[in-house]
This record gives sequence, structure tokens and C-alpha cells, in this order.
Amino acid sequence: MTSISSFYRSSVGCKMVMALTGIGLVGFLCAHLAGNLLVFKGPEALNHYARTLRDYLPILWVLRVGLLAMFVLHIVSAIRLTQLNRWARPVAYTNKKNVRSSLSSRTMMLSGLVVLSFVLYHLAHLTFRWTHPEFRELGEFDVYQMLVMSFHSPYVAFFYCLSIVLLMSHLHHGIVSLFQSLGLYHGGLQPVIRAAGAGVSVLLAMGFLSIPIAIFCGWIGL
Amino acid sequence: MNVRLHVWRQQSANAPGKMVQYEATDISPTMSFLEMLDLVNEGLVAKGEEPIAFDHDCREGICGTCSLMINGVAHGPNEATTSCQLHMRSFHEGQDIYIEPWRARAFPVIRDLVTDRSAFDRIIQAGGFVSVNTGGVPDANAIAIPKPDAEAAMDAAACIGCGACVAACKNASAMLFVSAKVSHLSLLPQGKIEGSRRATAMVAQMDLEGFGSCTNTQECEAVCPKEISVASIARLNREFLKASVESSH
Repeated sequence: MTSISSFYRSSVGCKMVMALTGIGLVGFLCAHLAGNLLVFKGPEALNHYARTLRDYLPILWVLRVGLLAMFVLHIVSAIRLTQLNRWARPVAYTNKKNVRSSLSSRTMMLSGLVVLSFVLYHLAHLTFRWTHPEFRELGEFDVYQMLVMSFHSPYVAFFYCLSIVLLMSHLHHGIVSLFQSLGLYHGGLQPVIRAAGAGVSVLLAMGFLSIPIAIFCGWIGL
Repeated sequence: MNVRLHVWRQQSANAPGKMVQYEATDISPTMSFLEMLDLVNEGLVAKGEEPIAFDHDCREGICGTCSLMINGVAHGPNEATTSCQLHMRSFHEGQDIYIEPWRARAFPVIRDLVTDRSAFDRIIQAGGFVSVNTGGVPDANAIAIPKPDAEAAMDAAACIGCGACVAACKNASAMLFVSAKVSHLSLLPQGKIEGSRRATAMVAQMDLEGFGSCTNTQECEAVCPKEISVASIARLNREFLKASVESSH
């Protein structure tokens, strides 16, 4: 137990926790997107998927607790490391150039916070239905109708698209960075890892963005 | 040529500092950056003012003493070049040049552009060594080392400990320095034995000194005058993970 706590207290160990929980969260995003894309198969397919998830309630809860744990660990570690990093430079430069670092690598906290606020809104919106009490009258599993109705609001659609674009930026740096944090570096494979990071983040974003675009163009309707 | 300098002036560690403007006139483009500062200082002394304090020693790019943030880039605009090996031909007539010290909590300013980098020495003391029993000189090549390992260890050993990596990092992280030292020792058979202990001890001391953590922005690699690769940071992470797994048994 002491070795785990000293591992986590170290900045290098804390980064590894960020990397491992990051892998888990990317996995969740892939699974979540796969489920969401059923919207293109029609209301029956999406609602059936939602019902099936509920049929395996104990497994669902295990996954939910695991997901929540990863999410909390990722955020707590990020806050801790950011505090440490800000503390490490008490006096800023009057003139500082960025030679190689990418914009996404320098704005991880910002993109992360916007994605977090989106996740919280998403839960209040569709899971707990606090912000849209009228959804409660739709019945338990009419996910399809909730989804299509939600995207008819320009505010919701805009916030969703903004969050997905920032999520893409977050993953663009995060996926490549996690390999480095876990010590997985190979001269010959570095271009492959960079391409994979860019590819996965762009593909995920395109998948998530395809749904509001399809609704906007009228390809999906009630 | 003439250039306008904006230099950080600070009387002592606890005194407040500020950027002060100086005109550097009649500079030869063949002068090194530090020779240009020497000339400016001669002018200041002649006027009865305090010269600008800056660190320097070998002036041939091998000691790691010079440490200037020039126009927002550690060691200035040229790649793989220390401040002392930078020449005025890299600047243009009338250019504004901002000169600041390394900025990090672990590198407090002593005076003007001089910082206290003894934090690096304490990191080395924590584990940057190989414990050997000294005796007779061993035969050359008594221990066979594969060529690629020797090359990689030599690349890491090129680190001169100047601290540019810390200065350039947005988190003032010392990971490139620590990883270079860990790589250069643990790639060799003599250093492998203490590999786990070394990685743990040096990372612990690095955290204790108040350096930030690595967010893999690679800003350090871009400014390193000795072109240490971030591959060594991955190696340090690997060594650290291995050490943590071993210590949990």
C-alpha cells in the first residue's frame, strides 16, 4: 500500500495514472460512439440498444463505477499536476516563444474543463433529465426521440459541437502523450504513434459530429 | 551593427527585478553573444554603472554554464547552440533583443541573469552515479558493450546540465535533464545494477526541488543545445515503472 501511495505521490507515477485512466476513457468513448451511431439504423435499433444495456444492469453498474473511478482519478491527477506545474514557475517570462509544442498540448486543461462541463450537462440533460423534465414523459427508453429533439436546440447543438472539437484537440495530444508517459517510445514507431493519435482523435470527432450534421440536414428526423 | 537590449536586472535574490533597456552600439557581427554583453558591460563600467551579471565559463559550448533566455528561446534562436556559441550575425540591425534568466522556482535568481542551479547537483547526488570500488585501471574493453548501446549512452551523456530544458518547459520540468543522466548510466552494464534505485531516487529529488511535471510538449528537445531526445524521457519513465514494480514485491 505504501508503494502505491509513493508511486502516486511522485510526478512520474501521477502521469502514469493520467495515461492509464486516459486509455480507459478513450475506450469508453469508442464504445459510446458505437452505440450512438445506431441512430442511423433508426429508432428501433437505438432504443433496443438502450434497453439491452438495462437488461444487464449489474454489469452496467460495474462498468459505471469503473468509469466514474477512472474519470475522477484522471481529473484529480490533472488538477494536482497542474498546481505543481504552476507552482514550479513563480515568475513568468516577459517574452516567451513556443518552438515546437502544439497548441493542443498547451491547452489540455482548457479543453479538459470544457469537455468536463459538457459531460456534466450531458448527465443532467439525458441521464437525470433535470434540465429537460419533459423528457420524463417520453417513457424510459425513447433515446432516439430525446436525441433528435435535443439537437433541434441550436444552443445544445453548438455546445455539443464545440465540446467535440475540443475533445479532439485533447485526444490529439493525449493519445501520443500517454505512450510517452508509459515509457513506450520506439524511434521507428514514433510516426505510427503520432499518426494513430491524430487518426483516432479525428475519427472519433467525425463520428460524434456526424449525428448533429445528419439531423441538421434532415437525414434523421422524428 | 547596433541592437537594442532589454535585460532583466535584479540586485539580489530577494530584491525586485525589472527589464532595463540598453543600446548596444558598434557591435561586430562576428562577435559572440557574450562578447557583445562584455562590450555593453565595459560601457556600463565606464559610466560608473553596475555591469550586467551573467553566467559563463568555457565559452566553447561544452560546460553548460551560460544560460540566457534570448528573445523567448533558451540559448537563443539557433538550434543545438549554447548562448556562448551564438553570434551576433544571427541578429539583424536595430533588432530588439530580450534577455532573461532561466525562470523556475528550483532555479532562483542570484543576480540579474545568474540563477542558482545547484538543484541539478542535488539530483545528481541522489543517484546520478555508479558505485564502484576503485582499484587498478581495468583493461580497455574488458566489459563488452554493444555498439548501439554505447552510442545511445554517449548521446545521453552529451547533456551539459545547462538547464535550458527547464527554462523552455511551460511546467519548468527537469525531466529531460534527469532522463539524460539516467539513460547515460543505465544503458551501460556498469550502471544497470543500480538502475532501479537511481530512477526512483533521482525522480524523488527532482520532485522535492520543486520542478514541474512533464506534459510531453517536447519544447525541451527543441531548445536542448546537445539535442537530447525525448526518447530518454520515455526510458526514464520505463525505469521508474520497473523500479516501482520491483519494490512492490
